[in-house]
Amino acid sequence: MGLISRGFGGRRRVPDELADRVPPGQYVEPGFPVLTAGPTPRIDPAAGEWSLSVDGMVTERREWSWEEFGELGFEEVPCDIHCVTKWSKLGTSFRGVSVDVLLQAAEPLGAYAMAYSFGGYTTNLALDDLTGGRAWVVTEHEGEPLPREHGGPARLLVPHLYFWKSAKWLAGLRLMDHDEPGFWEANGYHNRGDPWKEERYWTD
Amino acid sequence: MPPAAPRAPGRWQTATVTQVKRETPRVKSFRLELPMWMPHLPGQHYDVRLTAPDGYRAQRSYSIASSPLDEGEIELTIDLLDEGEVSSYFHEVVAQGDQVEVRGPFASYFVWRGEEPVLLVGGGSGVVPLMAMLRHRRRACPERQMQLVYSVRTGEDVIYADELAGETTLTYTREPPPGWTGHTGRVDSELIAERARHASLVFVCGSNGFVETATRLAVEAGCDPGSIRTERFGPTG
Repeated sequence: MGLISRGFGGRRRVPDELADRVPPGQYVEPGFPVLTAGPTPRIDPAAGEWSLSVDGMVTERREWSWEEFGELGFEEVPCDIHCVTKWSKLGTSFRGVSVDVLLQAAEPLGAYAMAYSFGGYTTNLALDDLTGGRAWVVTEHEGEPLPREHGGPARLLVPHLYFWKSAKWLAGLRLMDHDEPGFWEANGYHNRGDPWKEERYWTD
Repeated sequence: MPPAAPRAPGRWQTATVTQVKRETPRVKSFRLELPMWMPHLPGQHYDVRLTAPDGYRAQRSYSIASSPLDEGEIELTIDLLDEGEVSSYFHEVVAQGDQVEVRGPFASYFVWRGEEPVLLVGGGSGVVPLMAMLRHRRRACPERQMQLVYSVRTGEDVIYADELAGETTLTYTREPPPGWTGHTGRVDSELIAERARHASLVFVCGSNGFVETATRLAVEAGCDPGSIRTERFGPTG
């Protein structure tokens, strides 16, 4: 077990009934902290500033306006989320469109994707992590429109990976035939980011 | 051939506390001696891990406050947070000679690589990673242009008070010290606009609200959003 910290008892232990929902090295945070590498972009869907694309290595490039996106099939996504900065938020919920729906419309030819955002953020994901009902593009959080600071109008939601993979202010998914690092993945963070394997940094 | 000895940043290592300094009523700095020290970039962080006798563990990330020229050691400055189990341990228990597990340095975006002119904007303990930049500039390249705008609540909340000099502009948001004739109140365009316009890179660190305000002011002053790097702390501990 290594070093025991003299006089450390632990004040924020996870209750037993929640223990199997908290990955190693995480603690439960009731709030919803904001983490961003730069200024918060302002995108106004009502002014036609928003669209979502699926492009790159696809059979047919697709783009949805805010109105078109709103007509797709939405679903409730109850989930736990885990941030690499150590907090986990349990029992939260979002509402959005399954990435399966978006990809089926475009027919991917590559096995990897780069999620890209208004403001320039990127994060890379294997198609396996974006499909099979495990990833969504969400526009609501707990019944309210997704706040701008949390990625509104729309963000990616991939709750089974660390939350930096759930790109805020999502503008599109670019399909690729190879993997390449996104923003944090090029700046010291793990390429995949599975919280249950504690894949935080390059060397994990 | 035997594999090369594993080094930081990936590995946990046991650091020894060589010095504890009280900065303010709620902030202490800890100097740690590291057996697998490696130079960091100013702005990077370390992860700290505590282990209870029954195996329970808690991890947190803390920004490095020191220059990488301090070979073999790092300084972490820790704000005491309500409900904070790691920060309260550091404040209430940790003393010189204690050991703690750490690994790092990590993350390479909110880092200063010698760019100039650079503007640093810190709110409260958001000044910590900026202090690593300031300290490193002073020792490695004092000719590089760097300014710090530092927002604190009261006179007793100034971290690193004895080290701040002409490059630093303070503002007191609640209660300035007696006789203060400088800026008071939250960061505003008077503090940010002119400085940001001349900066090639702006680093902003503080609470979410502070960062939102400071970055909005910098963008309104004409800064390219791509040249503004932010780090925010929310409720954590």
